[in-house]
Amino acid sequence: MKKVLMIDYEKCTGCRLCELVCSVMHDGVSNPARSRIKIMKWESEGLYVPVSCQQCDDAPCMNVCPVKAIFRDEDTGAVMIDYNLCIGCRSCVAVCPFGAMNYNVIDRKVFKCDLCGGDPQCAKFCEVHAISYVDADRISTYKKKTAAERLYTAQKEALTLQSPA
Amino acid sequence: MALDRKIAYIDLTTGEIEIKPIPLEIRKKFLGGRGLDAYLLYNHTKKGCDPLGPDNTLLVSGGILTGTCASATARTHFMAKSPLTGLLGSANMGGFFAPELAWAGFHHLVIKGKAEKPVYLWIHNGEIEIRDAAHLWGKTTTDTQWAIREELGDEDIKSAVIGPAGENLVRFANVMTGIKNAAGRTGMGCVMGSKNLKAIAARGTMDIKLAHPIEALEYNKRFIEQITSAKVNQTQGALGTPFIWGATNSWGGIRTRNFQFNQLEYADEIEPEAIDEVCNETIGPYHMTGCFACQVHCRAQYRIPSGPYAGKYDEGPEYTSQGAFCGEPDCRSMETLLTGNHLVNQFGMDNLETGSLISWAMELYELGILTSKDTDGLDLRFGNDQALLEMVERICYRKGWLGDILADGGVPAAEKIGKNSFDYLIQVKGMSNLHSDERATPALALNVATASRGSDHLRSRPAIDLYHLPEEVLRKIYSNPVPYDGPLSSEHTSYEGKAWEVFWQENCYMAVDCLGICKYHTVFLGATLPNFEDWPKVLYYNTGLEMTPKEIWDIAERCNNIERLFNLREGLSRDDLKKGDMLNHRYFDEPCRRGAPDVIGAKIDRKKFQKMIDEYYEHHGWDKNGVPTPETLKRLGLENEPSHLL
Repeated sequence: MKKVLMIDYEKCTGCRLCELVCSVMHDGVSNPARSRIKIMKWESEGLYVPVSCQQCDDAPCMNVCPVKAIFRDEDTGAVMIDYNLCIGCRSCVAVCPFGAMNYNVIDRKVFKCDLCGGDPQCAKFCEVHAISYVDADRISTYKKKTAAERLYTAQKEALTLQSPA
Repeated sequence: MALDRKIAYIDLTTGEIEIKPIPLEIRKKFLGGRGLDAYLLYNHTKKGCDPLGPDNTLLVSGGILTGTCASATARTHFMAKSPLTGLLGSANMGGFFAPELAWAGFHHLVIKGKAEKPVYLWIHNGEIEIRDAAHLWGKTTTDTQWAIREELGDEDIKSAVIGPAGENLVRFANVMTGIKNAAGRTGMGCVMGSKNLKAIAARGTMDIKLAHPIEALEYNKRFIEQITSAKVNQTQGALGTPFIWGATNSWGGIRTRNFQFNQLEYADEIEPEAIDEVCNETIGPYHMTGCFACQVHCRAQYRIPSGPYAGKYDEGPEYTSQGAFCGEPDCRSMETLLTGNHLVNQFGMDNLETGSLISWAMELYELGILTSKDTDGLDLRFGNDQALLEMVERICYRKGWLGDILADGGVPAAEKIGKNSFDYLIQVKGMSNLHSDERATPALALNVATASRGSDHLRSRPAIDLYHLPEEVLRKIYSNPVPYDGPLSSEHTSYEGKAWEVFWQENCYMAVDCLGICKYHTVFLGATLPNFEDWPKVLYYNTGLEMTPKEIWDIAERCNNIERLFNLREGLSRDDLKKGDMLNHRYFDEPCRRGAPDVIGAKIDRKKFQKMIDEYYEHHGWDKNGVPTPETLKRLGLENEPSHLL
């Protein structure tokens, strides 16, 4: 796996531009119901969490598909659907632990994130970097850095408290 | 296509609903949103109709770009005859409602009549149903929205609702969506209340086809970069509109103690940075949120840190709440600001009108025009935070004599209070002024005096006039898309060329309101933001409509003239203090007492002001009384209005 979508929900402003551009990119229409990514909202608390496919290594959707219509794109690492094989049984929708496999009632098809062939529009348009497209091995580095900042700040504060006024 | 979104005529008296397409020739004349609403209002109301009667028509709309791949097409527009002013009622809100309405198949709703009992509209994928709202009546704005979602079993429903203030026919009740997005001014929530209409709920999954999707997507990216690279929007995105408060108060542009001063002193506790600190502490470092598809994210999230409402979640406070709960009543407490903001959001009541009227009452109380008998013992002095918050509730629920009369708006209240109370009421056309003090800024004073919906800063304010931009920069902006070689001045205290700036901005904001995008995405607070020359591309890529900048300008001018025709039909006359393009005498008689050196002592020169009004009318092609001439109407294709085409 080369690059992955990294979602930092704390930064999400809940604007849903990602949903809009996803539907425009894939279907040429504006319709968040067709979006591969969706912002789950708890509006009375001001909490917004973007949810999309994790492109799992051991993907339950791929494992459960009775006709082997789900495969991995070698270039992008994205889990893809072969619509020539897909029979529309929605087993993949049922097993996905993230709800990231969707069912389109208009076209009667399952659909999911394909990383826009390596140029995911959701990440491209997200100015606040709640969604970014990064090398898979960098994700933990970013988290380490954030954790390190917390440690560093805590230690500095502790020292300030100890020092005489 | 965005152009295939429908218009629905809903008669709440009979329950009849008619759905029609919007003809292309109408789109080409009025685009959509506020402009088309103005056409519909002029055509669907009779002269002198009772704003609270079944004959008043409520228009609800998105702009022509709403729900497309244009940036920030989140705005919903409401229009009706205003129960506050008796003139044009018009208010615009952000959030997520209008795009949802568009995905449900509609761009415009025309709501007439009055339901026998409380109802709400349920709009879902091309269908409209009138449903019982007995169980929603009495609920706050947010509780109403959550209850509708629960009842219909869909968390993605977006609703535009009224709170208790709208139910109680407070004349400046607003319509709200989400936590704090408000179609705030002119009492559109009161009109909904008068029709027994508690809410409009929408949910849609219908495609909006784009004329040129890939180009629309690519252009949107460039558009967003233009918008987010502007320093003003970066600051908005960090601090929200309160950042304007800090700057304005520092030079002396915030009216204080109703209109006695023009600066709130010792205001450190409610400065934008202090608000930001509360947001940081109660929500976290990422506490800004945005409307649909907008990258400016100008809305802060907070929890009230202390007091009886401690822990309650809300959003804002906006610049207007700082005026309503700090500057005008001369209060300085963060708790009061955030609590007041929360109360008006929950009640569904215009923060600006509420704070202004209470501050006016405070001045009357200190002058002895109002007594403690009138206030039922409430000590309504300036700086009394508790009295301020108590009055907010009394107005919403029409409690006590004063609460009840203030709920009817300033002009009717002044008639009941009597004496010379009207002289102290800071209003134009019956609507209270923003808490900005325009005595040192003639351009801004002209804007509030002439705004079509009554005193207002979002109809034509040339805010960039305060930046002292070089004349050549001003000329570049203000001589497009129509040539202008008259005077322009970089000096904010000057009267030179300001009438043209106001006229230009009026067309600019009308264009934005017809397109359905937010004013932060145009020349409002930032000179480099998108403008007439950028919109034709957005329009073409998304809808396929080909228009020149000049054609969009003409549409805006046409729509502004329709609003003028409506106001004239309802009795607007130039110098009428209650229904005209005229400011309170204090603008001309009382000089500013605080602020920067060039602000202290400033007041508006009556003669020069009248000359500006003359010039402003001339630019419009209106006569000395502010009436569009027959030539102007003909030029704009309005000579046969009302034409009843839609």
